[in-house]
Amino acid sequence: MKLHEFQSKGILARYGINIPDGVVITEPQEAWVAAKQLGAPVVLKAQVHAGGRGKAGGVKIAKSAEEAEALASKMLGMKLITKQTGAEGKIVKKLLVEKTANIEHEFYISISIDRRTGRPMFLASSSGGMSIEEVSKTNPDAIFARTIDPAIGIMPSQTREIAYRLGLAKQIKQASKLIAGIYNAFMENDASLVELNPFILTKEGDVIALDAKINIDDNAIFRHKDIAKLRDVTEESEAETKSSFYGLSFVQLEGNIGCMVNGAGLAMATMDLIKISGGEPANFLDIGGGARKEKVSHAFSLILQDKNIKAILINIFGGITRCDEVANGIIAAAKELKLSLPMAVRLKGANFEEGRKILQASDLKFEVYENLNDAAVAAVKMANA
Amino acid sequence: MSILVNKDTKVVIQGITGKEGTIHATGCIEYGTKVVAGVTPGKGGTTHLGVPVFNTVTEAVEKTGANCSLIFVPPPFAADAIVEAADAGLKLIVCITEGIPVRDMVKVKRFLEGRDVTLIGPNCPGILSADECKVGIMPGNIFKKGKAGVISRSGTLVYEIVDQLTNEGVGETTCAGLGGDPVIGTKYNFWLEQFENDPDTEAIVMVGEIGGDDEVVAAEYIKNHVSKPVIAFIAGRTAPKGKRMGHAGAIITGEKGTAAYKMKALTEAGAIVVENPALIGEAVKKAVSS
Repeated sequence: MKLHEFQSKGILARYGINIPDGVVITEPQEAWVAAKQLGAPVVLKAQVHAGGRGKAGGVKIAKSAEEAEALASKMLGMKLITKQTGAEGKIVKKLLVEKTANIEHEFYISISIDRRTGRPMFLASSSGGMSIEEVSKTNPDAIFARTIDPAIGIMPSQTREIAYRLGLAKQIKQASKLIAGIYNAFMENDASLVELNPFILTKEGDVIALDAKINIDDNAIFRHKDIAKLRDVTEESEAETKSSFYGLSFVQLEGNIGCMVNGAGLAMATMDLIKISGGEPANFLDIGGGARKEKVSHAFSLILQDKNIKAILINIFGGITRCDEVANGIIAAAKELKLSLPMAVRLKGANFEEGRKILQASDLKFEVYENLNDAAVAAVKMANA
Repeated sequence: MSILVNKDTKVVIQGITGKEGTIHATGCIEYGTKVVAGVTPGKGGTTHLGVPVFNTVTEAVEKTGANCSLIFVPPPFAADAIVEAADAGLKLIVCITEGIPVRDMVKVKRFLEGRDVTLIGPNCPGILSADECKVGIMPGNIFKKGKAGVISRSGTLVYEIVDQLTNEGVGETTCAGLGGDPVIGTKYNFWLEQFENDPDTEAIVMVGEIGGDDEVVAAEYIKNHVSKPVIAFIAGRTAPKGKRMGHAGAIITGEKGTAAYKMKALTEAGAIVVENPALIGEAVKKAVSS
């Protein structure tokens, strides 16, 4: 789960990390008030779940309260299109108004789980303010990595090491506090990522988290009731919200062949096979184990939200999931939704013969296959017809 | 030869009385696995599916001589279940549970470091030695004793591939699921070594996917240590960057996490990389008969 910048900063502040004074607003007049209270100049930052806001016009500086109000009225409700939002963009509903800082230097720091060691790992760089992918391409030596042993947690010598490497010798206490705070916030809140890009050294000599991003491990939200409340469903696509509710995994893509598969690996392989066969998958959809009518029905409605769909490929490898059950689910759901699209259905494994008979006996437009390749080729043909 | 599990393996199932535990314990017993004990705290002294149930793993091991644990405990309690199995001295722990918080697995992995124990999973279909023993949830009927050792990060995709291997007459020695989570027990290199040293395994089938760089690490190992043919498939060539594709670990965050990068690394290491998932069985058959 992604958190907004202001929510992330709220968490970090609890761990003793300095953040700029700021206020979250939803109305232009509030920007005027905020600027008066904080003292202009102020910065207005669009609160959306996407990076690249600055370049897209989602971060603006106002020199006066009047300018803050004028900018806020333009920014609230605007469609922000960044390199991370895709073409559809994101509507700005909230702004974070903060006092501007006098920046001496920008740094990058993040912590996430290093999959090789299975341990938390810091990445830090004195080239802050730009994307870490960019830095890793142009100047990989500028990035410093440090794993932390989760058994003992972060030690002062380790925070000092990172701070010295970043060149923060004069601010060693402040910087160490920030680094330890990041580690503790990461571990205690079950974050999958804490990223400060940038954190800054001000001309006054203070170390401040100028920007902050926290992602929370979805599997751990059950034990963080306070964080669960921070979820902003308006930032998610309707399909994502609904699929997670029904226990389906769904990702929208840009092709015209809808896919419904049991199992994530098989779902990806099925998308790949559509591509190899000359078609384009419209989505990733894993319906998981079991496939009763209700689940299949929701799966269909997710696929059908995309109006570009020309054909549907269903690939079920029965094991614990029985193919006859799936076939009944498919027919019931297809009738309920008055589905008229051509469908290639590949059934294999447990009870596939029964499943095939059930599908062929119905009056719906199914072509049933046992071989995966044949089914993919058929779906591509249907989509191109 | 079968790897890690065989007809003599004695399995204790943690969470045997739950819904998932009951379904799959039944499946394991039907396959011929020696399920000697179950563990559900509070239900010690009862019998479930004809298997004695104990309150603790330690007691189950003492009373039955179990030497392998299979875990179906729900996510919030699964980390504790793994630790309990290791504390009881079990050398092999297979965890099926999907949805364990990553932080729990980070701590568990640290806890297991330096101990003589092998953890398979979590979020995996388990391990199966064809015609001998199943410790997990794989559909047993698609397997046939044969020549290919199979390792995979995903479940149904590996069933698809095993089915192809069986239909091509190649068959399998042992098939193991690594798990779809970011932090897991065994990884490819462990199994590559096992299969390389196993006289019955003639070819190794490696099923990978996007996310992380385990396949790239494996490519390095293959280049230096594996003489048997390795046939690899990487799922997710069409997956977009930054989106989680079902598995918690299947998300592209860097260049090494892409299917293209992994396929290139494996090809350069001498593996046979198959692009079409429907043609893997055929490629393995060709490799073992040449």
